[in-house]
Amino acid sequence: MSSILGLTLRTAALSTLLILIPGLAVAWLLARKRWRGKSLVETLVSLPLVMPPVATGLILLHLLGRRGPIGARLHALGIDVVFTWRAVVVAMMVMSFPLLVRAARVAFEEVNPRFEQIARTLGASEWRVFFTITLPLAARGVVSGMLLAFARAVGEFGATILVAGNIPGRTTTLSVAIYNLVQLGRDEEAFRLLAVAVAIAFAAVWTAETFLRRTNESRHP
Amino acid sequence: MSLVIRDLRLPLADFPLEVSAELSARATALYGPSGAGKTSLLEAIAGLRTLERGRIDLHGRDVTNLPPRLRRIGYVPQDDALFPHLSARQNIFYGAREQGDDVLDVLELRPVLDRGVKNLSGGERKRVALARALVTRPEILLLDEPLAGVDIALRDRVLQYLVRVRDEFPIPAIYVTHQMAEVEAICEEMVVLERGRVVEQRRLVE
Repeated sequence: MSSILGLTLRTAALSTLLILIPGLAVAWLLARKRWRGKSLVETLVSLPLVMPPVATGLILLHLLGRRGPIGARLHALGIDVVFTWRAVVVAMMVMSFPLLVRAARVAFEEVNPRFEQIARTLGASEWRVFFTITLPLAARGVVSGMLLAFARAVGEFGATILVAGNIPGRTTTLSVAIYNLVQLGRDEEAFRLLAVAVAIAFAAVWTAETFLRRTNESRHP
Repeated sequence: MSLVIRDLRLPLADFPLEVSAELSARATALYGPSGAGKTSLLEAIAGLRTLERGRIDLHGRDVTNLPPRLRRIGYVPQDDALFPHLSARQNIFYGAREQGDDVLDVLELRPVLDRGVKNLSGGERKRVALARALVTRPEILLLDEPLAGVDIALRDRVLQYLVRVRDEFPIPAIYVTHQMAEVEAICEEMVVLERGRVVEQRRLVE
């Protein structure tokens, strides 16, 4: 059980770290810039939220398989993704990306552009404006989004089972293990894992909500 | 000429801002009723609005197409826009190009440096915003209604600080205001703006 929990937490943490920079970049572009294809990207980013996870998994399987357009190139480099822990991470990344982007986008939109304008008149470059004004003022929303993305990654099942399979000790995550145990009729063990899953999800969402509530209180004292 | 605006045009909600003016006084009042386009003109000079056409020269340097960060303009907006997550000190030195000892002395800011901006009074906020602009060594100061939002009881004090800044630092300034008393106390020249156009420009002192 500890190896299942360890694998799940490690892959979910790695997934959250890996989507952080692209997630913030997309969120910022959606919040602050007007550009061609914006609504298309908006839709694509949100798609994994509403598509059947199994369908997302099937797409990933085709893209990342040894004969797939991405998988073949990676295989040539000696990297296999499908049915390894890497596939677990990729599935988590795709499924949790929308939650991070949505939360960060709202957080960026709530930062008064006035502060950014004034920073520019004081000589700050766009990078400095982002790192010293926009990001710190949006920090709580961003952290809250990361926690939700992490929680979503921990709970990932549908895409993972297709693209990473169910290899004990290598790709079996918490959700997959629960499904296994139920299938095998080992309900008692399944319930123990279930309690762990609920605890992680509860802690992540509760912390995320606390972060957001503090933001609102500091804005409207 | 410290500031030359030629043939500037910027569409606003009800009418376009259309301004040509040459400003050379140490302190110029931009005077006019609310909604005349005074703030929009300051924002255009600061580079925060995209012009439809026109040209802005600052001390002989064409700044029309420069981004705000390269214009060397000290803009103090009406709402101060102090960065809420930074202390007074961090706000003041955000874009500093100098130690700023003289600025801190003239504006008597040393006692409040370590306070968060939420713990500053209206007058202190104004002085912090003013100092933040001054330590960037701007080539012109743009002050949007510097006495707005300050308690009536404190206005005279803030006004005294503005006079001291004018006298201590050789930086030309434009004051947006709709109070004639402020104009007379600080400014050498007055530009009157109505519905986006300059209707009068005259010197106040000889």
